[in-house]
Amino acid sequence: MTVLHRVETDLAEADTATAAPRHSPLEHRGAEFERATALGPRGVRLREEPFLTQLNLRVPPDDAVSEAVAEALDLTPPAANKVSGDEGRALLWLGPDEWLLVAEEERARGALRAVRSAQQDASGSSVDVSANRTTLRLAGPAAREVLEKVCSLDLHPRAFSVGDCAQTLLGRTVAVLWQVGPDPEYRVLVRCSFAEYLADLLLDAMAEFLEG
Amino acid sequence: MLLIRCPWCGDRDEVEFRYGGQADVAYPTDPHELDDAEWGNFLFVRANPMGALTERWVHTAGCRRWFSVVRDTATNEMTPDIPRRRESR
Repeated sequence: MTVLHRVETDLAEADTATAAPRHSPLEHRGAEFERATALGPRGVRLREEPFLTQLNLRVPPDDAVSEAVAEALDLTPPAANKVSGDEGRALLWLGPDEWLLVAEEERARGALRAVRSAQQDASGSSVDVSANRTTLRLAGPAAREVLEKVCSLDLHPRAFSVGDCAQTLLGRTVAVLWQVGPDPEYRVLVRCSFAEYLADLLLDAMAEFLEG
Repeated sequence: MLLIRCPWCGDRDEVEFRYGGQADVAYPTDPHELDDAEWGNFLFVRANPMGALTERWVHTAGCRRWFSVVRDTATNEMTPDIPRRRESR
């Protein structure tokens, strides 16, 4: 029973004051990202956005329950391959019955509890997967060119624009790609153990835009 | 490389998918009634036409959903499978 109780705990609400300091997968590469920043009309910059809260939600599609779950989060159900909400708190469409809530920590408090009370006894699940992935943020006029080197998706604005998300291969790793701004500006959610690989790949792709 | 249309994510490269073999291979109603030859037939023997074959694919690097398509094994041309009732055997 103790174990069951631990699972029920809202991780986003766990008392972090007493916990050991957290480490993000790419925290030691911040200076490297700074140095790789390219400015100007063909500029691009990369940084890590660590510790975003992520909840994986399995909800029956087109159902009163999915409406209730979205409402409990104060968001609208995302359309296929789209994101609803804003950068600080958003629902990403991952599949016909699967969403990912991505939110800043302070805006995710109570989210898991709210989802669970909306789900009640309906089929589905809600799991805190915040530790699964870290987030890379790629921005600047050349950001799309950088991504196009490692991704086979059509990222032209006519096919992929602000508020779109996709799960796809970047290089050899699976990632969730989400365009957050028209600059263009992208968030790339990648498994922690693949974060170093993806950072290397993107830094290499960014190198040509760095002058001098 | 094939460009495969995932019913959920749209057109994606073949490397994002895994192949699941022939579709609509029904599990025997009562496996105990089968003799070894019939059981072996169910496990291993698949259609191998030169032409249309209904297949299972999974979009592993995307939405991770299984779906069926009809692929022409000679030209690799794919068309969406029209869902229909499985024939019982």
